Amino acid sequence: MALEYYLVLSALLFTTGVIGVLIRRNAIIIFMCIELMLNAANLAFVAISRSLGEATGQVFVFFVMTVAAAEVAIGLAIIVSVFKHQQTINVDEVNSLKG
Amino acid sequence: MNPEQILFILFGAVSLIGAIAVISFRHPIYSALSLIVTFFAQAGLFVLLGAHFVAAAQVIVYAGAIMVLFLFVIMLLNLGTLSVKGAMGSKLKGLAIILGILFAAEGIYIAVNALNDTAVASAEPAAASVTTTTYDIGELLFSKYILPFEVTSLILLAALIGVIVLVKRERQEES
Repeated sequence: MALEYYLVLSALLFTTGVIGVLIRRNAIIIFMCIELMLNAANLAFVAISRSLGEATGQVFVFFVMTVAAAEVAIGLAIIVSVFKHQQTINVDEVNSLKG
Repeated sequence: MNPEQILFILFGAVSLIGAIAVISFRHPIYSALSLIVTFFAQAGLFVLLGAHFVAAAQVIVYAGAIMVLFLFVIMLLNLGTLSVKGAMGSKLKGLAIILGILFAAEGIYIAVNALNDTAVASAEPAAASVTTTTYDIGELLFSKYILPFEVTSLILLAALIGVIVLVKRERQEES
C-alpha cells in the first residue's frame, strides 16, 4: 500500500477527533476524542517510519503513548474531582474555577 | 486486489466507523466500547505496516490500560442520563461539521501533495517483508533517544504525583 493511503486515513481519523471535540459537551467523550487524535498521529508516524525504512517513527509512538497515559490519568482525576464538586461534567456548565 | 489492500480497507473502514461511532453515541459507555474497536483496528493497521511491537503495545496500553481507566471513571460517575442533555444546538453542530470537513480536506491535501520534494517522498519504498523488530526499537530507544526516554519517566512520575495530590485534597475537604 502506498504511504498516501495511510496518511489520508490518519487525516480522516484526526478530523473525526476534532469534530468530536467541537460537537460534544461531555468531558469524558472529549477526552476520548483527544485519544483518537493522538492515535491518528501515531498511525502517521508508523506509516512514515515504514516508508523511510527505519524505526525512529515507532520510537516516537511510544513517547506519544506514554504522554497519552499520563494525560488520561490526570484528566480523569480532574474530571472525577470536578464531578464531586459540581455534579456535572458538561463543559458548558463547568465555568467556575472556584470549587 | 492483493490481500494487503483488502486488509487495509477492512481495518481502515472499521477504525473510521468506530471513530464516528465514538462521537455519535449518546451514552459514554457505548463511545468507550467503540473506541476500543477503533484501537484494535489500528493495531491491525500497525501489523500491516510491519510494526508488530507497536501493535502489541497498542492493544496492551490503549485498549487494555487506558480504556479500562475510562470505563472505570464512566461507571464510577454513573453518567447515563447526564450526557443526553449536554448536546450542542443543531446550528453550531452543523457549523462544527462543516469546519471539520474543511479540516479533513486540508489534511488530505497535505497528505497527498505536500510530501513532494521531501525525504519521505524520495525514499524508495521499503520491501514488503521489512518489519521493525523489538530489537531495532530498543536499540534506538536506549542509544539515540535515551534522554527523551528518561524524560518520559519523569512525565509518568509527575502524573503519578499529580493524581495523588488531586485525590488527596478531595479527601481532606470531605473530612
